[in-house]
Amino acid sequence: MMLPNRAAVEGIAENMQLADVKGRSLWADARTRFLRNRAAVISLIMLCAVAGFALFGGLVAQYEGDFVNFSLIGSNAYLGVPSIETGHYFGTDSNGRDLFARTVQGTGISLMVGVVGALVAVIVGTLYGATAGYYGGRIDGIMMRIVDVLMSIPFMFVLILMLVIFGRSIFMLFLGIGLISWLDMARIARGQTLTIKNKEFVEVAVATGVRPIRIILRHIVPNLLGIVIVYATLLVPNMIIFESFISFLGLGVQEPATSLGALINEGSRTMQFGYYWQIAFPLFFFVITIFAFFFVGDGLRDALDPKDR
Amino acid sequence: MDALLSVRNLSVTFDVAKPGAWPWTPPRKLHAVSEVSFDLKPGECLGIVGESGSGKSTLARAIVGTIPSSGGNIFFEGADLANMDTRERRVHRRDVQMIFQDPLAALNPRMTVGEIIAEPLITHEPNTPRAEVKKRVGVLMERVGLLPNLINRYPHEFSGGQCQRIGIARALILKPKLIICDEPVSALDVSVQAQVINLLMELQRDMGLSMIFIAHDLSVVKHISDRTLVLYLGRVMELANSRKLTTLPEHPYTQALIASVPIPDPVLERARPRPVLEGELPSPLSPPSGCVFRTRCPKAQASCADARPVLEDIGSDHLVACPFHEAEHVLAVGS
Repeated sequence: MMLPNRAAVEGIAENMQLADVKGRSLWADARTRFLRNRAAVISLIMLCAVAGFALFGGLVAQYEGDFVNFSLIGSNAYLGVPSIETGHYFGTDSNGRDLFARTVQGTGISLMVGVVGALVAVIVGTLYGATAGYYGGRIDGIMMRIVDVLMSIPFMFVLILMLVIFGRSIFMLFLGIGLISWLDMARIARGQTLTIKNKEFVEVAVATGVRPIRIILRHIVPNLLGIVIVYATLLVPNMIIFESFISFLGLGVQEPATSLGALINEGSRTMQFGYYWQIAFPLFFFVITIFAFFFVGDGLRDALDPKDR
Repeated sequence: MDALLSVRNLSVTFDVAKPGAWPWTPPRKLHAVSEVSFDLKPGECLGIVGESGSGKSTLARAIVGTIPSSGGNIFFEGADLANMDTRERRVHRRDVQMIFQDPLAALNPRMTVGEIIAEPLITHEPNTPRAEVKKRVGVLMERVGLLPNLINRYPHEFSGGQCQRIGIARALILKPKLIICDEPVSALDVSVQAQVINLLMELQRDMGLSMIFIAHDLSVVKHISDRTLVLYLGRVMELANSRKLTTLPEHPYTQALIASVPIPDPVLERARPRPVLEGELPSPLSPPSGCVFRTRCPKAQASCADARPVLEDIGSDHLVACPFHEAEHVLAVGS
């Protein structure tokens, strides 16, 4: 017998003055599992370091990112090499600008593009997909056909056209990335919602008279968030790569602002003259960031749904 | 008649698309529940039994309103549920609560026990202060035999029996008038079953609840319910006082059902005639004509195929849907 009689239970409770027990939520369990994954934790630390570099690197830099040191133009090979004494820690680019400051700025913009893309995907995509899946029937049909139509548009082409027509700006780039990133997420969220909405706890909520919006926000979204988070962390590097590609084509971020993609593009042009640092430093941060995101995403997947390892 | 709940000719059909059919071909109709009528008085407990697929759960869900009915009426305190608009319906829902078969599946794994139990309260009385909500949840947890200090725990930290108690607490927090239990003990082990059933009976008595108790275990139903309804393929076969139904059943299906319940006495069990029921439940997509039970009925006659048997009252509120019914003593279940 578990609890044979209530009077006894009450007695025990009063005598012991029991404090409320703190429950271990599924999130707490997942955190423990995640922290046990070395590769993921190291990657997370590295990500934090990269983010710190992007946020506070500007304080360490000796020069402004758009300050052109005319005396260095043309003498990159011996005066613009990375060195502590000159204050150009990462050297200078072919225009005599401090590469350290520019890398800080580029990393920041690249991270921002990735995070904004992922955020739009998580917020818009999840709510859209959960709503479509929860209501089902005709609403679901219409909402998901819209997604299908948007997906069938070649977005790279449309984005390039948009950038050409409306001018090249960071805002346009964010808009373009925001427009595509949520489509896949909406599909994933809808598929998950279809399985969750038939669970009994959702039926209980419906039978109790909980409003549909609240059911979606309180019962469905928290239960599909695990998969959404994993997908979002894997989406961030994709967005960074996407932005880098656009910038590499010369259509993304415009001078004097820069991104890792634009820096790599510049560096690749002077690589053959032996100015290795002009590509090495941006590439290093690019690779580190993307690897770290992938490892963190993997770690999160293992932690959040231990079933499908 | 001042019944709390009156169900009149309730039917529930589902559309089943033929595999590979075009979207515009009319779907086949699956008759899950067909023309079921009964009354439930305040404070009464009605048991519903029947084998798997007989429409017990569908009937319950139609009453709760999570599945739309396709015919007939449900009157709750005289008001027809079909005529209610969305708002009235939402207000009405506080009076009818449901307890489910799988205790863990019925609890949201991402919410604490306190949030789960408080949800109906917050939904219907959103202005209740936090402290008051917590107090009421605590009182109720104690009432169903859970330590109130476990309020911040999560469902996966509890055993099946405890989860069912959480489900019961959630159903009771609004002091509903009717509780529908859909096989609340089938997923629990036998010792815990008894505790949960006794708890339900105690709560029903103390709070004056009406209850619809669905089970496929006749001995459980007999123990808890005043009257019992026997369903077969979505149709009422027999409705009578539980004691009378289990000792002197009139309908051949009820007799077969009771004969199939094992008796926990090897000597008696061996001496008893074997169950007479053979074959499978016919497909509800194409139920037999006339009496649906005739394909498996030991007393079936040619005339059974012609017309659907009427549910006739044979005295003292005993309803049977079989013209050839005769009382037959069966070994009483669990007594």
